[in-house]
Amino acid sequence: MVTARVLPEVPAWDGTAWDIAGRVPDPELPMVTLAELGILRDVRQVPGGVTVTITPTYSGCPAMREISHDLRYRLQQAGFGEVTIRTELSPAWTSDWITPEGRAKLIRAGIAPPNSARTRKAGPIPLTLGRFERTVACPLCGSQSTQETSPFSATACKALYRCNHCREPFEYIKEI
Amino acid sequence: MSHDEAGKADSVEDDFAAHALTQDTEDHRWAFGTGFTDALEGVDTSVPVGVDGAMLATYCLMLGDDALIMSHRLQQWMTRAPELEEETAIGNIALDLLGQARMLLARSGKADGTNRNEDQLAFWRAEGEFRNVRLVERVDADFAEMLARLLVFSTWRLAQFDALRSSKDQVLAAIAAKGVKELTYHRDYAARWVVRLGDGTAESHRRMQAALAAVWPLTEELFRPHQVEADLPGVAVDVSALRAEVDVILDSVLATATLSRPAVGALAGVRGRFGRDGLHTEAFGYILAEMQSVARAYPGATW
Repeated sequence: MVTARVLPEVPAWDGTAWDIAGRVPDPELPMVTLAELGILRDVRQVPGGVTVTITPTYSGCPAMREISHDLRYRLQQAGFGEVTIRTELSPAWTSDWITPEGRAKLIRAGIAPPNSARTRKAGPIPLTLGRFERTVACPLCGSQSTQETSPFSATACKALYRCNHCREPFEYIKEI
Repeated sequence: MSHDEAGKADSVEDDFAAHALTQDTEDHRWAFGTGFTDALEGVDTSVPVGVDGAMLATYCLMLGDDALIMSHRLQQWMTRAPELEEETAIGNIALDLLGQARMLLARSGKADGTNRNEDQLAFWRAEGEFRNVRLVERVDADFAEMLARLLVFSTWRLAQFDALRSSKDQVLAAIAAKGVKELTYHRDYAARWVVRLGDGTAESHRRMQAALAAVWPLTEELFRPHQVEADLPGVAVDVSALRAEVDVILDSVLATATLSRPAVGALAGVRGRFGRDGLHTEAFGYILAEMQSVARAYPGATW
């Protein structure tokens, strides 16, 4: 089955089902919606219902089932009949798909949004032996003097940071 | 959206969490993250024209079993890691690999026409039916051995998945493209720790070097070409071609870590059979006993 890919900014049709699906919060980051995270890829009306296409952030994302259930529940409550959920693996999710609104909401919740994902040159994938060269502003005080304390955090998509200025720990959404 | 509408939407969000718990539908269970769906729900899993479905299924088992068993061994580090940050890292790496395993096993069950799902393949196969390389089943005696295995495994798998992105099987290519991003973080994590221990104290250096020596006999097998790969031209990756790329990375890490490449022989096979052929080490039976016991004690159980 091949359907046209539609980015969140350009709903496939009048947008009602898109709006409903797009407002469903992410189970692990409930301060942002599936549309703001770029997990929601396409919503289209089909005879008797609606087909929703989603993409996992990471291969092992344990929230995919909850996301499917939440989407189905919301759309059925809104009267959209049969709801079919499709998983789309390609193109793979990138943190660049998080919208400006989503990034602002993450900062308000104390989570630093990702830097832009590096575009890879041809050839072997480079190894990073030192700390990652990225500037991460503290979401609490705004200082850019921060340091990574762990490249993994409470969920696969985040790293753990510490602010050298206000001394608070915070999480950073990794660029992938 | 106006301010009022935004406020209204927010109150709906608040209500919704409660709905998800109380308004149960037939297929929804309350516990977060415990439900299992088809990892490839809605993905076109038809086998490409000219590709042998049974052969493709076996190849998916090879790649899937590597991730499944490596993930299981990493999960055994939960509550045993030296620091909370490392436990979180190991747990997340295990989760990424489990996700890769789920998709690959699901792909396998569809490609061979048996329609076995990922659970049937993970929990109801016997030892000889598992196709993983023997590196992933080894018991880690200490943190350094885990890191040595993870460094070798993630370096090798990253090179393999990077090549697999151009597979003519679209599902494998998509799984690989996604996995590459994850494995890059896994490899960096292991490499940074190997450098830290190798270039650390005399004791950490000694133990890291000993860990490499313990793991190294299992590395040769990673580059042994297999007939299944040869029978899937354009679909499977020729692992013997990955050696140069893997060596460059490993040598660079070892040099930075002031460690030396162990000069040890490879673990032999038996009559030409290795992990990819279903031949495993003694440790493997214990993994299956642990991993499969609940599913076999309560067949068909759901929670």
